[in-house]
Amino acid sequence: MKKKRLGDLVLAGSILLAAGVLFLLFRPGGQGAWAVVTIDGEETARYSLSEDRTVRLGDGDGYNILQISGGAAAVAEADCGDHTCVRTGAVSREGERIVCLPHKLIIHIEGGGASGFDASAG
Amino acid sequence: MGKRIARYALLVSLAMVLSWLESLIVFPGLLPGMKVGLTNLVVVFALYRMSPRDAAAVSLARVALVSLTFGNAYSFAYSLAGAALSLAVMTGLKRTGRFSILGVSIAGGVCHNLGQLGVAMAVLGTARLGWYLPWLMAGGVAAGTAVGAAGGVIVDRVRPLP
Repeated sequence: MKKKRLGDLVLAGSILLAAGVLFLLFRPGGQGAWAVVTIDGEETARYSLSEDRTVRLGDGDGYNILQISGGAAAVAEADCGDHTCVRTGAVSREGERIVCLPHKLIIHIEGGGASGFDASAG
Repeated sequence: MGKRIARYALLVSLAMVLSWLESLIVFPGLLPGMKVGLTNLVVVFALYRMSPRDAAAVSLARVALVSLTFGNAYSFAYSLAGAALSLAVMTGLKRTGRFSILGVSIAGGVCHNLGQLGVAMAVLGTARLGWYLPWLMAGGVAAGTAVGAAGGVIVDRVRPLP
């Protein structure tokens, strides 16, 4: 019985340890959520959501103004045709994204809170 | 044979009631998908008082029926992966003889969550759910401890089924 208790402790301990390590690994910079900017399939920048800022994305072909404030990211202004990105509004949760197809731009959120994954799994 | 079917029916209905109960109780602070895994109690019981094969039968019937009743095709896939991985690992660990029902149940709880997350990642085609992993592991340890403690008491008090 005593030997089994030890086995249990080692098992639970190593799982928790692995969880701790993974937790640190999956926290970019340990600052919570990030807005990751991808243009034409390549990641070009990432900004922490914990810092308010306004960034101009893009070059001669067009621009999107990325605004980060209050822990959420939004495209405040853009010169694309459809303005879907602007109408998407603010995103702040893991996996949420703003897409601007004309500029091949994707801004997605990494880290931070849950976004309703698997709420129905039994 | 008749006896065995009656026993399966009893355990499966018990597991379904526990699933339903669990869906009613919302624990504050739990992330979506995190479960106490009360139903694992039934599987652990079947594993210890019947056989791995019986535990598998009960577990499969439970997943299928609960998904039909409360879930959908996706929740069936998540649950099945979780239940299968969990049972396989529990059976293996129990066989080593190095862990008590507590350790076996903890591993089962964690593996249930891992299996579910694995399918979720495959279905959604993203590895970004990885940040969820440590939480599900820690949650699995907590749930497994509770289930293992309760299961230990139950297994001690219920006579081995002939």
